[in-house]
Amino acid sequence: MTVTWQNLADGLALGSIYALMAVGIGLVFGVLRLVNFAYGQLVMAGAFALALASQWGWPVWAGILLCFAVVLVLSLLMDVLVFRPLRGHSPAVMLVATFAVAFLLQSIALLWFGSLGKIAASLSYLQRPVDISGVQVRKFAIVAVVVAVICLVLLYLLLERTEIGLHMRAASMDFSTSRMLGVRANRVIGVAVLISGLLAAVVAVMLTVQTPLVTPDFALTDTIVVLAGVVVGGLNRPIPATLGGFSIGFATGVLGGALPTNQSQYLPTFIFAAVIIVLLIRPQGIFDWSKTVERV
Amino acid sequence: MRVIRSVDELIVPVGLVAATALLGLAVSQSTQAYFEDTLVKVAIVVALYVFVGNSGVLSFGHISFVALGVWTAGVLSVPVAEKAAIMPNLAHFLAHRTVGNVGSLALAAAVGGAAALVVGVPLMRLSGLAAGIATFAVLAITHNLLQYEEAIGPGLNTFSSVPETTGLRQAGLGAVLCVVVAFAYSRSRFGRLLRATREDAAAARAVGTSVYGQRLVAFAISGAIAGFAGGLYIHLLPLNTDTVYLDLTFITLAMLVVGGASSLFGAVVGALSVSALDSWLSVAENGTSLFGWHINLPAGTAVIVVGALMAIVLILKPSGLTGGREAHLFRRRV
Repeated sequence: MTVTWQNLADGLALGSIYALMAVGIGLVFGVLRLVNFAYGQLVMAGAFALALASQWGWPVWAGILLCFAVVLVLSLLMDVLVFRPLRGHSPAVMLVATFAVAFLLQSIALLWFGSLGKIAASLSYLQRPVDISGVQVRKFAIVAVVVAVICLVLLYLLLERTEIGLHMRAASMDFSTSRMLGVRANRVIGVAVLISGLLAAVVAVMLTVQTPLVTPDFALTDTIVVLAGVVVGGLNRPIPATLGGFSIGFATGVLGGALPTNQSQYLPTFIFAAVIIVLLIRPQGIFDWSKTVERV
Repeated sequence: MRVIRSVDELIVPVGLVAATALLGLAVSQSTQAYFEDTLVKVAIVVALYVFVGNSGVLSFGHISFVALGVWTAGVLSVPVAEKAAIMPNLAHFLAHRTVGNVGSLALAAAVGGAAALVVGVPLMRLSGLAAGIATFAVLAITHNLLQYEEAIGPGLNTFSSVPETTGLRQAGLGAVLCVVVAFAYSRSRFGRLLRATREDAAAARAVGTSVYGQRLVAFAISGAIAGFAGGLYIHLLPLNTDTVYLDLTFITLAMLVVGGASSLFGAVVGALSVSALDSWLSVAENGTSLFGWHINLPAGTAVIVVGALMAIVLILKPSGLTGGREAHLFRRRV
């Protein structure tokens, strides 16, 4: 196995996308204690919007706008129709309910667009390589890292420097106490869902550059891998969750490119075996250094 | 009274399964396939119940034991003469050996149980989300290995030429056997101790119950039932790695939760009702009549309606259709 600079760049790109998905999942988990398995289907819906826009010959910006609109409307609908009635149920019920939603959205996409999928090719020029001091790197890798850094910095500022950010952090620490102190539950949850939807739309745009063929199971595998990464990193806090998502994406990207074919077919085995080992050693997450003790 | 009360918790689920099998005898040959499929789903959901229902820990890994059962029973049942054509890279010790129908089912159960035991030894230390993700990782690894290890099966190809011995009789008897084993387990000392850890892990530990040990026992037993169900499944129809992966995991977990995860009755009711609805809608997609009305649904309606209904049941009645209680023919005296 030889790791080239290109492999590292691909790893960084995938890591950046997965980091954004991880934050999207982690934000909603923070305020709702709900693991949204249907997150990948939000990305899938956005990707289909992009594919349709490029099929209709819309300009790129209009396609991206449509993608954001579709994903945001769908996330708010999900919040009102599913998350709100489920609030306070056991985590298992909430998780299985989001399974059902994921299953539902996927079958709607299957019925609507068929299993062969559509091509979203309007941003494919980003796949072209650029030359950075002798190393051929896809433009997309640079764009992905820059977009992810901008999104994460904006999110950090929002969480640390604004009142709603303070409310969100308080709510994810202790929801009922923060409500007693005047944090409005619906507003905090609504904002979290909205930001998580925005991130899903960004991810949809970037993933369609990575994989232009959009099928009903688009982003499904990615969601599973990100969920594993988020739990490995530490789901309770945004920064460990992001780092977890980034690491698993980086590892997948680098290994996927660097391993020879007869080994790279076993990539999921390597990744998930690592996930199991890490979870056995540090079930609370490798990047969560806070001292949490199981209370009786 | 006490004896009757515990016996009806067995009679009702067994009766439901038997009634389904008998009902299957009354319908046409093509509709019978839905009944057989439903009975195999009952077996899988009951396997899930033994662990998930009694321990309260979610497992996404059980379909990997089903898949191992499928592979074990399948590889050992394909006639030797056809093995070279379907599985050219099969390991030597598997290539020249076949076992009978019952033998293959027993071995499927043994492999499922052994795999669950091996996986469970490290994994049962985990709980909550970490346990969920770790069992999911087991599923992903099993899927990946079965796809590419052609020494132990057909790899990416579909398992064909397995004798189709799972008719209504085998599916029905198999499902009943699973229900009986699950009942016997949950009535045993082990089952009761595990449910105690589900209700209050700290209190159970305080009276000397090993949460880890009890979960491991249940995991191994449910792995064995899942492997057995996998054996039934491959004798029913040709399968490939994707048929025993994510979709089956979601639908069986949803069946368990929709029925009511914390009771055997709930597992059986969930599997039967979701399967019944799904089968009926699939039939209706090809045109059917109900109470004199002719119904012809557009293709793909079944999955959408089932998905929507599952979500609605979970939102409105999170403890499931049965409320997670066992069935009682006689009124319980308070």
